[in-house]
Parts: sequence; structure tokens; C-alpha cells
Amino acid sequence: MGLPLLSTVLLAPLLAALAICLLPRESRDQIRLIAAGAMTLATVLTLYAYAAYDTAAGGMQFTESIPWITDLGVTYALGVDGISLPMLLLTDVIGLASVFSSWNIEKRPKDFFVLLMVLIAGVTGTFIARDLFIFLLCYEVVVIPIYIMVLIWGSTKRVPKEYAGIKLTIFLLMGSAFMLVGVVSLFLEAGGQTFDMAALVEASRTGMLSEDFQIFAFLLLLLGFGSLLSMFPFHSWSPDGYAGAPTAVSMIHAGVLKKIGGYGLIRLGLLVLPLGAKFWAPLIAALAMINVMYAAYIAMVQKDLKYIIGYSSVSHMGYVLLGFAALNAVSITGAIANMVAHGIMASLFFSQIGYIYERTHLRSVPELAGLAHHLPRLTVGFMLAGLASVGLPGLIGFVPEFTIFVGTLSVYPVCAFLAIAGIIFSALYILRMLAKVLFGPRVERFAAVPDEQGADLVPLLLLGVFLVGFGLFPELLMGVIRSGVTPLEPLLAQLSGAPTLLGGGF
Amino acid sequence: MFDFALTHAWLIPLLPALAFLIIGLGTRQDKDTSAKIAITMSALSFLLALGVAGAVITRPVVMADPFVMKTLWAKVGDIELFMGVLVDPLTAMMLFVVTTVALLVQIYSVGYMAHDPGAGRFFAFLSLFASSMLGLVLSVNFMQMYAFWELVGLCSYLLIGFYYYKDSAREAAKKAFITTRIGDFGMLLGILLVQLTFGTLDFLELKALLPTYIWETGGGILTVIALLLFIGPIGKSGQFPLHVWLPDAMEGPTPVSALIHAATMVVAGVYLVGRAYFLFSALPVVLEVIAWVGGFTAIFAATIAITQRPFKRILAYSTISQLGYMMLALGVGSLTASMFHLMTHAFFKALLFLCAGAVIEAMHEEADIFKMGGLKERMPVTFRCMTIGVLAIAGVPPLAGFFSKDAILAAAAEVSTPLYILATVTAFLTAFYMARLLFVAFFGEVKPDCPAQETNAWMRWPLVVLAALSVVSGVWGHFAGFGEWVFHGPITEEHISWQIAGTSVALTLLAFFLAYEIYVAKRWSSYEISRRLGVLYTLSYNKYYIDEIYTVIRNTFVDKFGAVLYWFDLHIVDGIVNGLARFTGGLSGVLGLAENGQVQRYVTVFYCGAIALVAYSLVFAWLVLSVLGGAF
Repeated sequence: MGLPLLSTVLLAPLLAALAICLLPRESRDQIRLIAAGAMTLATVLTLYAYAAYDTAAGGMQFTESIPWITDLGVTYALGVDGISLPMLLLTDVIGLASVFSSWNIEKRPKDFFVLLMVLIAGVTGTFIARDLFIFLLCYEVVVIPIYIMVLIWGSTKRVPKEYAGIKLTIFLLMGSAFMLVGVVSLFLEAGGQTFDMAALVEASRTGMLSEDFQIFAFLLLLLGFGSLLSMFPFHSWSPDGYAGAPTAVSMIHAGVLKKIGGYGLIRLGLLVLPLGAKFWAPLIAALAMINVMYAAYIAMVQKDLKYIIGYSSVSHMGYVLLGFAALNAVSITGAIANMVAHGIMASLFFSQIGYIYERTHLRSVPELAGLAHHLPRLTVGFMLAGLASVGLPGLIGFVPEFTIFVGTLSVYPVCAFLAIAGIIFSALYILRMLAKVLFGPRVERFAAVPDEQGADLVPLLLLGVFLVGFGLFPELLMGVIRSGVTPLEPLLAQLSGAPTLLGGGF
Repeated sequence: MFDFALTHAWLIPLLPALAFLIIGLGTRQDKDTSAKIAITMSALSFLLALGVAGAVITRPVVMADPFVMKTLWAKVGDIELFMGVLVDPLTAMMLFVVTTVALLVQIYSVGYMAHDPGAGRFFAFLSLFASSMLGLVLSVNFMQMYAFWELVGLCSYLLIGFYYYKDSAREAAKKAFITTRIGDFGMLLGILLVQLTFGTLDFLELKALLPTYIWETGGGILTVIALLLFIGPIGKSGQFPLHVWLPDAMEGPTPVSALIHAATMVVAGVYLVGRAYFLFSALPVVLEVIAWVGGFTAIFAATIAITQRPFKRILAYSTISQLGYMMLALGVGSLTASMFHLMTHAFFKALLFLCAGAVIEAMHEEADIFKMGGLKERMPVTFRCMTIGVLAIAGVPPLAGFFSKDAILAAAAEVSTPLYILATVTAFLTAFYMARLLFVAFFGEVKPDCPAQETNAWMRWPLVVLAALSVVSGVWGHFAGFGEWVFHGPITEEHISWQIAGTSVALTLLAFFLAYEIYVAKRWSSYEISRRLGVLYTLSYNKYYIDEIYTVIRNTFVDKFGAVLYWFDLHIVDGIVNGLARFTGGLSGVLGLAENGQVQRYVTVFYCGAIALVAYSLVFAWLVLSVLGGAF
């Protein structure tokens, strides 16, 4: 098999980072061109993989495997299936868009793009790793650039950026600490031979992991992945963190990094520790419902655009958690699709907010008004992202939400009912924000702000294509995800009788 | 040729969608080209709709055996979501109504929007609306209907807020979207329950499954489902208590009010109940709820319309009232009467709104009818069209409203006397407020600085066509056997009950007479009457304070509660996080004292330690010795 496709996708940003390191500080043009070139390459290759992926065959494809630390059973093993491929696509598309959202960065562009490339490579690695060790390694790689980027290029509003940065980092590290304990205990319990995920799944299937162990280990993973997914009450890093972070970090963080939580819950939590997942599912469902409603309510009283979208993303993650908790093929398909949908819309939102903030240094809803008069393209960007958040048909959010609702209503009627009521509240806070910021009388002070053009327009176009494309033709997305979820059906069927917390009395 | 139209019915919504894309991405700056594109596509859709109607009649396609084409849109798990077209006489009628009104309104808009710099955008939105509405009409299942239902809601939002620089338009758009969203929530729940109960959302499959299901399990859960589904139409079709958005929707350009908020989109709710009538009609309890919601809305809105002053707001409450009529007809079991009224209403209400647009434009945006007067001299064509519209809605024979309203009254009389009385009183009120509108605005003295003059040809001809339709559609529907095509259950005999028709016509004439005496002859002072009515007048004039009640609810239960939760998030959830951080910090501070880098302190600690050690050794030695000493 010629080109190692996934390795290229993974290494492209890393090599770009290396190349940028070798350039002088002043050559901003070359630096950003290299970054854009590397991400374009990665995106094109990922799109190729997405198109070439054989959904009928399913399973891991484009696999690569090189033994690495043989004593520990660590292998550099990559591959994508119907669950990870959409996440990889999301990573590269948002990564590419985030490069263009950082196009005009003035302060230390060299350092910025090096860190950005490392960050993207780290996220990419978590989604394509087939080895748990590589997964954790890539995850840890992500944490460091984010902290530095918030500190140097972040902004101080409600909370100082130093606070936001350290809060973000501590939550991520705490999460990874729990995860690490979980993973190590899993490694030992499964025989201490291998970190290969497929082997761990096999160990679980043959009954090497006792029910008690699964329940214990899943709780650890839930604490780790749950706080990454901003599950209540571990969500408070998310709005503060996004508010402090520079645009590109907000985009990547809300767009894909957060999704590692949901991805991990499915890939490790459900596949390796199914009994644990089943046991804790009712708790997750209850917390998910709180996520949806609680964060939507809070989003309604926010003033800062980034806080609105921050709380909104906490609310949307509630749907993902709910879909996971219902533990059936439909709901899990919905959860994965909703991660993709939210990734696209949240990063579009943050890129548009970043654009206006870069030029006006305003982000507060009461201070912005009537932007539609002067910035029609920005208006289109905001409207597309907003309407997708509201779950409008024809845009990316509709089918995933509908799927989650169908999949969960019969399993957790009360939680699902309240979560569905969330569609009213999301309309409330999104439309209020759009109305205030975009519409209303002309405001002369914004007359001098130029509309998006050239490189600034790329995030809108790129993300917009997916927002509308997957909205009008949902089968393009759902078909791939289905090929990833179908193999889980026997497992999910076995689980339906397994014991749960409080007998599932939610 | 008819068969070509039938098998290509999917083009009917796609053509305007194409217009939206071309205008939106390309020609939106050029309003003439944009208008041409929009009108061409609408005209093609209209021709196809005529072809579909022809096919339905010649083939024939009947209610029991519709023509269906569908394609897989998305598949999740084992649930397949389809998009497609379902054509039966009901669809054909709706396609005809929607494409006709849409085409006429677009032609009218060429004149109306001639001086608006955003005209290109306007035509793009109108095309998107036409596309979504036609997609809704052709729906094969609940999911498709919900999807297009949301899209027409979006178009309504975009068009109400078309004058986005006006705060009032912006607020009205938001209100419309959110209020109907509340309805959509109920409807979505209903749809999900349908999926879970039957495993399908397809109208035809459900129709086939339903009788067995009811026979086996009864109607318990079905009643819940149907009531939930009905919440959607309550929102969309402006039924009490979710009607509040519709009068505010008049903030949009008037052609929009005519097309969306009078003739087409607002009847989507009625259409939904009609489309799923196999479900609703099987559940007597639900039918009764529908009938009473409709009946109450009809009279409730009519009592508000009587005291309003802005031209379009009177028409808006009239629309709510007429939608109530259609719901009432469905509730008393007559799909035919409801759909018949839907059709005639679409024509005469679009006519009335387009007349309103002509008048308000001629009056330079003055909307208060009491600031108009004598317009019949200045705008003779508009006046004649308006008069036809008023006579049609009031139900004067042989105009359109007479036949359809009579059908509703007859259907109501068969089922329930209270509902019949309610509907008849509403008919009286309708005739009165419409006559008031006509007399105050068009009769009397011309006001001194009145700028009004007749409108241009672009706006005039659509009025004339709609006026013609308002005259003939009732007679045509009655004698061409509308009820033999669009019906549910046994075909109802087409006959006019002279008792019911006579009563309603007599009441209409009485209402005209009273309005004439008050507003033209000025025999009684309207001011005096309103003063005598006191509280009743105040309530009606202030629309029963429903909006104010909602504001209070929203402020307390949404915004205040949100603020409380935010406080909780900042001080409790985050407080615990920060508290933990502080605790850890404090702990490490204490532990860190030992390592602060000062050599002096290290030495001190070292010596203290050494002294302690020595002291300890001494004590230990002493203890050992004393013990040992004791042994010796």
C-alpha cells in the first residue's frame, strides 16, 4: 500500500511546525503559508479517505502498524473506522479554518503557528490511534500548547486570561489523571500485555474484565472524559476557557478537542467497559439533561458572545451525553453525528466572533449592534451558525438532534422530554443574540469595519460548505457513522439486560 | 402532459429553491434580474401545479389512492427517513393555491419593492419560502413535514425581520420564531412518539396501520400523540394562546403579510391536521379539543379586531379568526369545509392584504385607518377590489366566502349547537369589523393632506386577478364538486341549508347596516359606544393583555431563573472548584514553608532538629538508664 495516508495526515502539521521553527521570526507570510499548506494537504487526504472509505466493509481501514515499545506492548498503530473518520475530518477542516482565522495575527506569529500545528497534530493523533498508549500520548501533547497559547494570545474579560488558562489546563490535566489511572488499571487487568484497543475489546468480550472492575474503571474514565466533554458539574472550565483563549484555540477546543471526551466514552468506555457504561448510564442521562437545560438557561443571561457560545456548547454536549447514555444504535449514531455537527457550528461561531473582536475589540452583546448594515458576510456566518445551533433542517444540526431524540425518548422519557424542551431555549438565546448583534438601526462606529474578504472569508466558506452540505445530504455523514455503529449492535443488545445504577430508575 | 407534471411534481418546490440559490449567490444586487428569476421559477411551478391538478382530475388520483414518489434522505439505525412527494386532490388544491398566490405576490412585489435597495434579498427569501411551503404541502411523512415546517418558519422569520434596521421588525421576527417554536416542541414530541409507537412516520403506512392499532390497543396513547401534534398547528396557525406572534408579524413588508401570514404559511397548521386527518378523526376527544380551540380562537380574535386601528392589524386578527374557523371545521369532522374555506380564504385574504399594501404605500406608511378616509375617490381600482374582498370575507352571496363559510356553519350545526352559535356570532363580528375597515378608510371626507393616488400596474393587476378568484372560487368549488375530491370518510352532500345561510346573510347585512350607521352616517358616535362599553372596550383594545402576561412570565421564569442559575454556577459550582484550588494552594503553602530557599531558615531548622534529636537522645538515654537502673 503506497502512501501511509494517516501518518501523512498526522505528520503534516508536525513537519510544518518543524519547518516554521527553522524560519526567521519576521517571515510571517511564509509561516502562515506553510501552516495553511500543511493543513490543506491533511484536509485533502482526509477527504480522500472519507470518500474512499468502504462503508460496506466497515471496520478499521487505512491501517498502519509499527511495533514501538515491545516490552509494554505499545505499537504505533493507526486506523480509522466509521466512528473516528468523521472526527478526523472534523479535526482537519476546523484546523484548516483555524489557520485562516489566525491569518492576521501580529504578536509572535512564529510561536503561535508552531503551537497551533502541534495542537492540531495532537488532536489528530487521538482520533486515529488504535493503541491506547498513543491515544494518551497525543492527548497529553494537546494540553501544553493550549496553556501557552491562552497565556500569550488570550484575552482578559470577566476573568483574567491567566486564570482562564490555568483553569482550562488543570481541568484537562485532572481529567487525564483520572483517565490515566483508569487506563493503567485496564492495562494491568487485561493481562498487562498490550495497549492495543482491539485486544482490550477482545479481553473484555471474553470476560477477563470483571463487572466490578468495569464499573470502577468506567467511573474513572467518566470523570476524565466527562470533564473534557464539559459534563455537569465539571463544565465550568469551558465558558471561561473559551473566553480567555485566542480564536483558533476556541475553535479547536470547542470544535474538536471537547469531542475527544465523547469519542473516548464510546471507544473505550462502551467498547472495553460495556458493563460499566451500562451501570453508570442513568447517572449520565440525568447529568446530560442538566447540561442541556442548565447551560441553556445560563446562556440566556450572558452578555459576552464567547460566554453565550461557551454555555451553548455545554448545553449541546448534553445531547451528546444523552445519546450515549441511551446505549442503542440510533442514539449513539446521533451522539456521534451531533459531535460533528456541533464542532462545525461552534467553530464557525468562534471564527466569526474572533473576526469582529479582532477589529473592534468588542465582544459584549450590549455594545454590538446593527452589524448587518456593514458586514453582510459576517452576518451570513453568524446566521448560519446560529440557525444550525437552533437545529434548523437543511443545516447540519437537524438530523443528529432528531436522531438523538428518537433514540432516547423511549429509554429515558423524562430526561429526553426536558432535553427536547431545550430546543425552545436554544432558540431564545441564539435569536436574542443574533437580533441584538446583527440587526437594529445602523451604528456609525462600525461603518469603518471592513467585511470579511480574502483569507478572512475562508473559515466561513469552508465550514459553511459542511454546515449546508451535511445538512442537505445527511446520508453523507450518517452513512459513514452507521458503518461504525452497526458492529456495536450485538454488544448493545447484550447490554440491554445488564444491571444499572438504581435499576435505571430515572 | 399531465402525467409529466405528476411524475415531475418534485420540481415544483425545487424550481423556487433554485431561484433562491441563483439570487442569493449571484444576482442579489441586481433587483430586476432577481425579480425576473423569481417570477420565472414561480411561473414554472405554477404551470406544473396546474399540470398536477389536471393529472389528478384526468387520471384520476383520488384521496384513497394517492400518487407517491420518495427517496431515502437519511438512515439511522433501522430508521429510514424519506423525502418525496405525495399527490392527492388535497395536495393538488394546496399546490394550486400556494403557487397562484406566490406568483401574484411576486408580481405585485416588483411594484411594491421598486425603491427598496434590498429587493434582491427580498425575492430570494420569497423564493425560499415558496419552495419550503411547496415542500411541506407535498410531504410524504411527518419528518418531511416537520423539516419544511421549520423552514417556512425560518422564511417567516427572515421576512418579518426584512426591515432589519427597525427594532420593531427585529423583535417581531424573533417573537414569531420563538412562539411557533413552542408549538414545534409539542409537535416534535408527537412525531417522535409516532415513530416509537408505529415504527414509521409515513402517512400512508400510518393510515394503513391505524385501524388495527386502535382495535387492538385503544386510543389512549394516540390521544396524547394527537394532542401533542396539535400544539404545532396552534403555534403555526395562530390559535389561542399562541396567536400573539401573528399580529406582530405585520412588521414585514406587506406582500409578505399577504403571502405568508394570511394565505399560505399560517394555514400550514390547518393543512397538517387535514393531512393527518386519518389520525385526528379517529379520536373524538381530540376532535372536540380542536373544535373548541378553533371556535374560541375565531370569536376571541374577532372581538379584538373590532377595536383595532392599524389597517394590517385588523386584517391580522381577522386571519387568526378565520384560521379558527378552519380548525373548527376540522374539529366538527368536515375536512371538506375546512379545506374549502382554506382555499377561498387564501384568495380573498391575500387580496385584502395586497389592497392594504397599496393603501399604506399610497398613504406613505400611514397605517391608522382613522387617518385615512375618502380613498374610494383616489384609488378606485383598489377600492373595488377591497370591496370585493370585504364582501367575500363577510360571506355575501355569491362571493367565495359565502359558500365556504356556509359549509363550516352547516358542519358545526350538525355536531354542536354552542359551536354553531359561536361561529355565527363570529360571522356577524367579522362582517362588522370588515365593514368598519372599509367605511372608515375608503368613505367619508378625503383628509386635507392625503397623498394617496392609484397604484402602478404591477400592483394593480394581481389585485384584479385575486378579486376575480375571490368572486368565482366559491361558486366554482360549490358547483364543481369540491367535496367529491377533497373529503374524509363519506362524501358530504353539497347543498345549501337555507336556514343556516339565511341567518348568516341576515346577520351580515345587519352588521353592514350598523357599521354604516356608525362610521358613514355617523348616527351613533363610535366614541360614545366605546365609552359605554368601558372595560370590555379596554380589554379588546389591549388584546386582553395577553402579551403583557407573557412578558411577565418570560421575565420571571426565564430571565430571573437564568440569573439565579448563573449565580449558582459562578458561586457554587465554580466556588467549589476555586475553593478546592485555594485549599490545595493553602496546603502547599504550609508545606512550602519548609522550602522557601533561605539558608538561614534551613540552618535554624537544622539546629532545631539537631537540638531536638539531642534532647530526645538524652531523654531516651535517661529512660533506658532508669529502667535498667531499676533492674539492677
